[in-house]
Amino acid sequence: MLALKLDRVVRRYGEREALAGVSLELVEGQTLGVLGANGAGKTTLLRLLATLLRPHEGGVQVLGVSLPDQAWAVRGRIGLLTHEPLLYRELTARENLTFHARLHGVGAQRVQEVLDAVGMSRRAEEPVRTLSRGMVQRVAVARTVLHDPELLLLDEPRANLDPAAAELVEPLIGRGTDPDRPRTRVIVSHDPRSAIAEADVVLGLRGGRMALIAPAEQVHQEELMELYR
Amino acid sequence: MSVQAAQRQGAEAPGAQPRHPPRLRAVVLALLRKELLVELRTLESVPGMALFSLSTFVVFHFALNRNSVQGDLAAGILLVTLLFAGMLGINRLFVADEEQGGFDALLLAPVDRSAMLIAKVCALGIYLVVLEIVAVPAFALLLLGSSLANALPDLIGVLALVDLGLAVIGTFVAALAVRTRARDLIGPLIALPLLVPIAIGGSRACSPLLSSGHHGGVGGAPGLRWLLLIGLYDLVFGLIAYAVFDFLLED
Repeated sequence: MLALKLDRVVRRYGEREALAGVSLELVEGQTLGVLGANGAGKTTLLRLLATLLRPHEGGVQVLGVSLPDQAWAVRGRIGLLTHEPLLYRELTARENLTFHARLHGVGAQRVQEVLDAVGMSRRAEEPVRTLSRGMVQRVAVARTVLHDPELLLLDEPRANLDPAAAELVEPLIGRGTDPDRPRTRVIVSHDPRSAIAEADVVLGLRGGRMALIAPAEQVHQEELMELYR
Repeated sequence: MSVQAAQRQGAEAPGAQPRHPPRLRAVVLALLRKELLVELRTLESVPGMALFSLSTFVVFHFALNRNSVQGDLAAGILLVTLLFAGMLGINRLFVADEEQGGFDALLLAPVDRSAMLIAKVCALGIYLVVLEIVAVPAFALLLLGSSLANALPDLIGVLALVDLGLAVIGTFVAALAVRTRARDLIGPLIALPLLVPIAIGGSRACSPLLSSGHHGGVGGAPGLRWLLLIGLYDLVFGLIAYAVFDFLLED
């Protein structure tokens, strides 16, 4: 079954087209790697898939649900990690996660689980504003997977993480532990090598347009580097 | 669309796997708890509102050059001061959500967005009550010149209705203005005309309470008529805000 289906999607900000005629299909359990220079439309694509933005033209289906008309049916099944951690700076890591847990109907036990998983239990009672960027990113990862979403939308998920922290969060943002039901993911990255290694399908965006879409094994690093020139 | 409606239609959405979204009350409580925690930690709204009202009363005390004010004038000063102090809280109401991703968090969750409206109205209502706990005694001390004790129960009733109107209209306008670049200007520009009926009704209802010889007499015809007007206005704006709040949060 298709997890994502985009058909000639256009999204504008004023006169500027942030996404211009993007079409793609992604099967459930696959990982889509999205690459492109700054302003290529990567974040817009993620926010559109997360139901936070509406397409101005074209069709979008996420987890079998048409957006934006049936967006309500897919909310709560998506985990979104962007450059904004979606955490209140004055609240502690635990208070933030408890707040998100309540919005998703998740129990307090799960909050402790994800805090343990990202190695933030000891700093869980400190306000987010006092944490380092890497620690905030770890809490943001915990927030993203708190409700065990079927689709992960990850914008540079390892940004600001040291190697040990990156290793720590890997099981949370990876394909999942069940080989029969791997997690569907869309990962925005600026690292062609890791994108090729991690993705099943690679999408290259340039100025909101599709510059490249191909199975990862058919893509070369040099092609992806072209997106940044 | 509400979560209840979403649940009803869940089976019709291809690929949808309806989960059990949290109850509205649980979400409202979670949002309200977050709101009060953030305010307690930052003290961005309530202290500013209280200080503003105290400063205004001091300015009136000296500007009017009177030992005391009563009746319409006293009611007008009290209501207008509370209204402007309330605007400070209204302007800050959604700022943390806008700047720190609270809107996105809510939009990503399988919850009825009206929960945010209800939680914000409750939070703003609590801020206004705290404001009045400081402002009303200060008003009595600086401007009224006589004890409020006899009028206090009725005054609390009038201010409760005024607070409800301020909270509902303020939340509605704050949600409308927060995503605009000039939100600090847009908010008051939209809110103040909408709050005029509340200011009129509130001051007319308060006036008999703040007149000498009429303490405790809000049950009379003029007071009741104005109270009904505020109550009706609160209800109408409550329904309008409930109907359109979802769209204010949408892209």
